[in-house]
Amino acid sequence: MSYLFESFTGWKAYCENNDKKIFQTVIEYETAQKGKSEEVIWSNLQKAYTVMKDAVDTGLKEDMTSRSGMINNGAKKVYNHPKSVLSPEFQKLISRALAAKEVNSCMGRVVAAPTAGASGILPGTLYTLQEIHQLSDGKILEGLLVGAGIALIIEQKASLAGAVGGCQAETGSAAAMAAGAIVYCLDGNIDQIFNAVAITIQCMLGLVCDPVAGLVEIPCVVRNASAAAIANSSAQIALANVSAVIPVDECVEAMGEIGANMETKYKETALGGLAATLTGQEISKKVLIQDIEILPDEDLPE
Amino acid sequence: MGTKSSVFDMIGPVMIGPSSSHTAGVVRIARAAIKVLGGIPEEAVITFYNSFARTYEGHGSDLAILGGLLDLKTDDSNIKKSFELAKEKGLKYTFKSIGNASVYHPNTIKLNLTKNGRKIEVIGESLGGGIINIAEVDGFHANFSAQSHTLILKAQDISGAIAFISSVIAQEKANIATMSVSRKGKNDIACHVIEMDSGIQPITIEYLRSLPWVKELIYIPDIDL
Ligand code: SF4
Repeated sequence: MSYLFESFTGWKAYCENNDKKIFQTVIEYETAQKGKSEEVIWSNLQKAYTVMKDAVDTGLKEDMTSRSGMINNGAKKVYNHPKSVLSPEFQKLISRALAAKEVNSCMGRVVAAPTAGASGILPGTLYTLQEIHQLSDGKILEGLLVGAGIALIIEQKASLAGAVGGCQAETGSAAAMAAGAIVYCLDGNIDQIFNAVAITIQCMLGLVCDPVAGLVEIPCVVRNASAAAIANSSAQIALANVSAVIPVDECVEAMGEIGANMETKYKETALGGLAATLTGQEISKKVLIQDIEILPDEDLPE
Repeated sequence: MGTKSSVFDMIGPVMIGPSSSHTAGVVRIARAAIKVLGGIPEEAVITFYNSFARTYEGHGSDLAILGGLLDLKTDDSNIKKSFELAKEKGLKYTFKSIGNASVYHPNTIKLNLTKNGRKIEVIGESLGGGIINIAEVDGFHANFSAQSHTLILKAQDISGAIAFISSVIAQEKANIATMSVSRKGKNDIACHVIEMDSGIQPITIEYLRSLPWVKELIYIPDIDL
């Protein structure tokens, strides 16, 4: 059982050899690892999904201004804009991903899935998917389990933390979880699900973590929207059996390799990329506390 | 924590934004500290060190620490309103920033709390993902994660103390996960920090507390409850 979430190949073989649905194996894992009953698992999932949907609604309803002022009710503006670039559904998808992430930036309640920085991606995609395809909550929860299995493997083979693997590890992993969940919910088979993961990772590879002033706002919020869009484009491609060519396990390994070689200034340190731009530095001067005591050497705690 | 992650580390935790180390971890440090103090403080001096010293406002760690001191949980939406709540509950607070305490972890907070004349000092580190380490309690090295149940026992430094305490806990069938002892100065007081996988009964705590060589006993059950 423990090999289950070490590779996608192993996970697929386990499902096929034991004639199990993909989401069932994730429940089995959680029961075996954490001793949780199936009932508790479903109720925790329902709780998480409820918080996700609430975050979307809150972000579209309440005032979302962050203390730095960089986040300022963007989701509502997108949602209410009279012109749709593609379709009203796409407009909703984008605004919902923004909304849930804005709630996170503004100290509201979210589900870190897999991390707080990426907390708009699964809510935005699943909320919209459920609405368009009239799916039951039960189906969405199964999709969340598939997403969790995907993240468990990425965590093993690469990383889920911006400070370790850059933004590809955070928003990239969340997009991969979402793409897999979408394909599962639309009755894709296991190959199609994993192919969607592979394609998504290919699209997100190399993304650095460069938050302005070190705050989880710019570019994090818009990246939640773009990651939601990429999850959908990958799902669309995967459902049509267009192959990623490079197998999913190797894509995840590439992500790990890129993360390991990424310079520290691109790993949440706010020393590179957008954070290091002129404007980024000006903002940082304004929002960061300057009035800091510097201890004389002899007063340093031992 | 087990070596394998849970499904609910991937879909979770449910938390207050923006980041697990700046909000969830900070709330948990404060929750551990009020367990040490024995209630919501009347006065709090909060010192943010190093990386926290510059970023605590932008990330809302000031709200998070006050929320935790007011006994709010990591997923309570009222954390946003901690300044107002502190006023209502009569919690007086001061914030300080110290930039160069290189001996501390980058995300360190020191709490000096007062309640009914009792004063304590707790130093906590936010390690990421909401995981914390309580590094010091009243100047003693503590180093516990507050993930399970913790006993902090200040006692005369007598021989056989460690074996005795372990055997009492063993009676309860509580598994000891970690145990450490630290001594401070020459006052012959040893501070035992014991992390257990499960809780122990109030009567056992009272028994340990009643021993003549035990000076002080603090029991910290699951801080997230
Ligand atoms: S830029 Fe960094 S902080 Fe922002 S979402 Fe990406 S990984 Fe997280």
